[in-house]
Amino acid sequence: MAYLRTFGSYLPARRVGNEELAPLVDATPEWILSVSGIEERRYAAENETVASLGLAAARECLSNAGTTPDQLGLLLVSSGSSERFSPGPASQIAAALGLHSTPALDIAVPSAGSLIGLALAADLAPRFGKVLVIAAEIMSRRIERTPAGRGTAILFGDGAGAALIDSQTGFARIADSLLATDGSAANILKIEHDRIFMDGKSVILQAYRKLPRAIGDLLARNALGPADVGAFLLHQANLNLIEKVAAGLKAARERFFVNIARYGNTSSASLLIAAAEWHRTLAAPLAAPVVFSAFGAGLNWGALLALPA
Amino acid sequence: MGQEARILKVLQRVSGKNLAPAADESLFASGLLDSFALTDFIAGLEEEFGVSIPDSDLSARKFDTLRKVDSYISAKSA
Repeated sequence: MAYLRTFGSYLPARRVGNEELAPLVDATPEWILSVSGIEERRYAAENETVASLGLAAARECLSNAGTTPDQLGLLLVSSGSSERFSPGPASQIAAALGLHSTPALDIAVPSAGSLIGLALAADLAPRFGKVLVIAAEIMSRRIERTPAGRGTAILFGDGAGAALIDSQTGFARIADSLLATDGSAANILKIEHDRIFMDGKSVILQAYRKLPRAIGDLLARNALGPADVGAFLLHQANLNLIEKVAAGLKAARERFFVNIARYGNTSSASLLIAAAEWHRTLAAPLAAPVVFSAFGAGLNWGALLALPA
Repeated sequence: MGQEARILKVLQRVSGKNLAPAADESLFASGLLDSFALTDFIAGLEEEFGVSIPDSDLSARKFDTLRKVDSYISAKSA
């Protein structure tokens, strides 16, 4: 068994609104909002790193859980934007938490990396006990704030999230997950030579096809339908995409938690940042299934189902 | 109604615009399609022509002019 215990998040202090960004990319604030649903995003300070963001989210998550680092059996850290490719941020975060023999593994997958981390943590929790999943991204260093970089510069922001998966107890039981990879379209979304490239129209086409299908398949094999789900937590890639997915599933839009307006697309961190904020809004014990879902570079995508414990 | 006219009908329905772009005119530059209307255009083509467009063909470049769409549907229907 594996349970969701709690979440944590960290957002850098600097807010970058559409008014600041628009002139740099030869656009208007209103256009940015209309094509993305984003009003502002956060940028890391010069002295912040992917590991330092992830560490802050990890500490908040552990504090929320009342757990100390020495109780962890495994760390999984997702990032596609780490300053250093190898070793990635996992070992740095583990060391900063005072862990010197606990396994800490990198998942070098942007966007869907945190979903992959949750799914692997659920499978590994029976062996490792408490698994801390962290996702941290500094996407502001992978974009170009120029007219040529408009398509990505308007979307991305920085942040980190964390989730504690526990083999013994939690507010929701992870019942099932579905992960998929198709590298035949890898070139439509990639980080190469320190810069992100995105064929946005093709990404939307692929995501709109794959996300509803993954969610629908996962629910169907658990004898559930979209109407049974209390909350959908999706990678916060684009508000219009989330609304298309809701429509494609014929699910109520208000059941899709959305915070993209305030943070933009924080790549793999967005799912856990959204989960942390959603969890803080829960006024009562979980009463209905929750679906996590993400899509991104790879292409990697999938969905995860959690049921009231 | 010919195939080209049926493609145009789908395009005009999903775009909500009664425009008739030239065969090689970009459907995006002309304002008929954006990223999200393109998803509806693909679904509309599948419905109109009774074809299944696989994930491996979901590239915007394959559907960005009427001529490309016409060729694609012809190949799928052959």
